Formats: sequence, structure tokens, C-alpha cells
Amino acid sequence: MTRAPAAPALGSGFARSVWLVLRKDLTVEVRSGEIAYTTLFFAVSCVLIFAFALVKEGRAPEGGAAGILWIAILFASTLALGRGFERERQAETLRALLLAPVPRPAIYVGKLLGIVALLVAAEAVLLPLVAFLFTARLFAHPFWLAGIVLTCTVGLASVGTLFAAMLVRARSRDMLLPVLLYPIVVPVIIAGVQGTEALLQPTVDLEIVRFWLLLLVTFDVVFVVLALWTFEAVMSD
Amino acid sequence: MPKWFSPAAILCGLMFIVSPVLIARAPDEAAMGMVYKIYYYHMPSAWMFLLAPLVCGVSSALFLARGRPEDDRRAWAAAELTVLFGALTLITGPLWARRAWGTWWVWDARLTSELILLFLYLGYIALVEAIDDPRRADRAGALVAIVGAVNVPIIYFSVRWWNTLHQGATVSMSAAPKMATTMLTAMLLMTFAFWAYSFAVVFTRARAIVLERERETEWVRGMMDSQAVGAAA
Repeated sequence: MTRAPAAPALGSGFARSVWLVLRKDLTVEVRSGEIAYTTLFFAVSCVLIFAFALVKEGRAPEGGAAGILWIAILFASTLALGRGFERERQAETLRALLLAPVPRPAIYVGKLLGIVALLVAAEAVLLPLVAFLFTARLFAHPFWLAGIVLTCTVGLASVGTLFAAMLVRARSRDMLLPVLLYPIVVPVIIAGVQGTEALLQPTVDLEIVRFWLLLLVTFDVVFVVLALWTFEAVMSD
Repeated sequence: MPKWFSPAAILCGLMFIVSPVLIARAPDEAAMGMVYKIYYYHMPSAWMFLLAPLVCGVSSALFLARGRPEDDRRAWAAAELTVLFGALTLITGPLWARRAWGTWWVWDARLTSELILLFLYLGYIALVEAIDDPRRADRAGALVAIVGAVNVPIIYFSVRWWNTLHQGATVSMSAAPKMATTMLTAMLLMTFAFWAYSFAVVFTRARAIVLERERETEWVRGMMDSQAVGAAA
């Protein structure tokens, strides 16, 4: 595999390629705002729908905040993942991306970081909103919360990016992505909901939070490694 | 046909013919009466439901690693079997559970993971059907099968911890009841019959897929012609 000529300021060829793919995605996103706004608006609408379904007599349901938060994030991430590669396909830039003399895993990592950045931005709005609307004490342990949210997002995005890339040339890809993604990310959702719920208890048992965080880290490591190994085969023509 | 196909098919057919007799002769279970007999179909299909995804995952990993088409065809055949046995397991299971536990469904680790696994394989089949370029479809399918196979233990344990960290497991399925000899015979026979069936089906189906894929090629046409000549003679 040939590598892009390394720029001394940016380190090795791999890191540079990752940075270029990521910067490209972020630039397009900052200029158009297409995915970010849609994703965010969709996530907020999800939270509102849950409020209408679950709030009884003006009171937020007990212990529902964690579930509502993660369902909204999961749905929003499906949307973002589908759009991320759809844009490459519509603009016919996917081929150009694949023809670029960079290692394929670098493209994957760049795309993955782009999706993670997008989702983290959406979560930065979503978390205070859920805490506010459902009177949840989400920010009592901000570092633990950040750990759970970040590992969970990486877990969703690692499998999601791989599948979205794989589905680019499939018919009915918009429908297939959730069909394939949701069964795989069941552990992430369980760990995310349980970890967040443990943080919402009046007396937080950090043992439980640490336990779920460990599961999430394991999931992330396993699937990022697996994706790096298989991405080449999936994207080759 | 592969030369061992006929013996395997005959053996499997014989066992399926004998099995109702054996099952009928096995005594009724003390607590559940006749209903427990669904277990003779439930347990072997549940075992195959474990084995078939394993074959599919390993074959897919081999396919991605060394690129031989026969690995992929075997994976696809095993995936179809997974859906068949998964559906059988998840239909017969609740029928049994209704009588044994008094409820159709519990969110137990094993049941939940089986349901997720079935969804995953339905997704696998939908995916391969949805990609027009066969080579790309093969690779995409192999990828999903590997991701799924790696994920099975993670799903199982996460679902288990999901339930047990907060409440005790509602149902213990680990306590193995003692079986009468007649029951054991019938159960073993059913298990072997399911084994023989799966073995014959996976390899025959893989072969059929190869022929279907390569129906336009010279060697398949040549084979069809020689068979037609053989049938006419």
C-alpha cells in the first residue's frame, strides 16, 4: 500500500491521511450544516415525542431519562451515518476517496472521527435538554458521564461507519442500515442506558458505572480493530 | 450429487420417520404432561441454532482471509439454516414456556440473545439480496457474519448483566431434569437427525448456489449436457 507523502508538521502518513479525511468532512459540514442540523433537530424531536408518550400528569417518568436519551442518540446516529456516505455517493467523490493513495483504514478512521465529532456536538445539546426536561441529575458526575457518553458514541459510530460504508452500493440502504446496526449495537445501548441510569441514582454506585464503562471500552476496542481489518475488503472494487 | 449425500439423506429420512414413534412412546413428564414433548424438536433446533451461526462465522472469516468462493457459499447456506432453526426454536420455545413457566416470554439472557441473533441473520440475508454485484455482496455478507459471530458472546453477557445487576434471574434453566431412558433415546435420535439434516442441507445448498452462480459457464453447461445424455441412455 502506497502512502501519501508525509508532511513533517503532521507526523506519519497514516495520521495525516486521517486528518485530511476528517478535515474534509468537517469543512463540508461546517459550510453546509446539512447533517448536523438535521441530526440535532431529529434528536430533539425524538425527546419531545418521548415526553408526550411518557409524561403523566405533568411529571416526568421516574428513571426514564437514561432510556430516552439513548434512544434519541441511537436514532439520530442512524440518520447521521446514512447521510455521511450518501453525500460521498451523490457527489461521486467516493471513487476519488478510494483512489487516493492512502491506506484504506485511514479513510475509515477519518470518517469515524467525523461521525463521532458530529454526534458529540449533538449530544452537547441533547444532554442538557434531557436533564432540564426530565429533571434528571445528569451532571452530578460529569467525568463519568463524559466517559460513558464518549465510549458509547464511539461504539455506535465504529460499527455504524463500517456498515454505512459497506451499504453505499446496496439497494434500500437507508432501511438496511438500522436493520443491521441495531442488533449489533444492543450491548452498547444496554451499557449506555444502565451506566447513565446508575449515574442518575440519588446515591451513585461508581462500581456499576465503572463496570459498564469497561464493557463499552471492550466493545469499542473489539469493533474498531475488526473494522480496521475488514474495511479494506469491504471497500475494494 | 456428492456421493455421501444419499446415505446422509436416507439416514436422516429414516430417523425422522422413526422419531414420532419414539417420541410417542416416551412417558409423559410428571409436571407438564404431554406438552413437554415439544422439547424433542425445540432442543435439537436450539443446538443447531448455535452451531449454524458458528459455521457461518468461521466460513465467512475464512472467505475474507483466503477468498475461496466455496467458503462463502457454505456461509450463505449456513445462514439460511440459522434462520430456519432460529424460527423453529423461537416458535417452539414459547409454546413450551407457556406451560413450564406460565408465560410466553421472559427477558432472559439466552432468549434475548437468540432473538437478536435471528434478527441479525435476517438482516444478513436482506443485505446480500440487496447488493447487485455478487462479489461485493459476498464480501458484505461475510463482514456482517463475522461482526455478528464476534458479537454473540458480548450480546449474551451484556443482556445477562442487564437483568442480573438489578433483579434476580426470574427463571433458572440450568437445572437439568433427570430423564428416563426412553426420553433420552428419543432426544438423542432427534439430535442426530437434525445434525444429519443440517449437514446434508448445508453442503447440497452450497453446491446448488455454485451451480446457480455459474450457470452461464462452460463447465456447468458441459455437466448439464453429460447428465442429460446419461438420463437419456
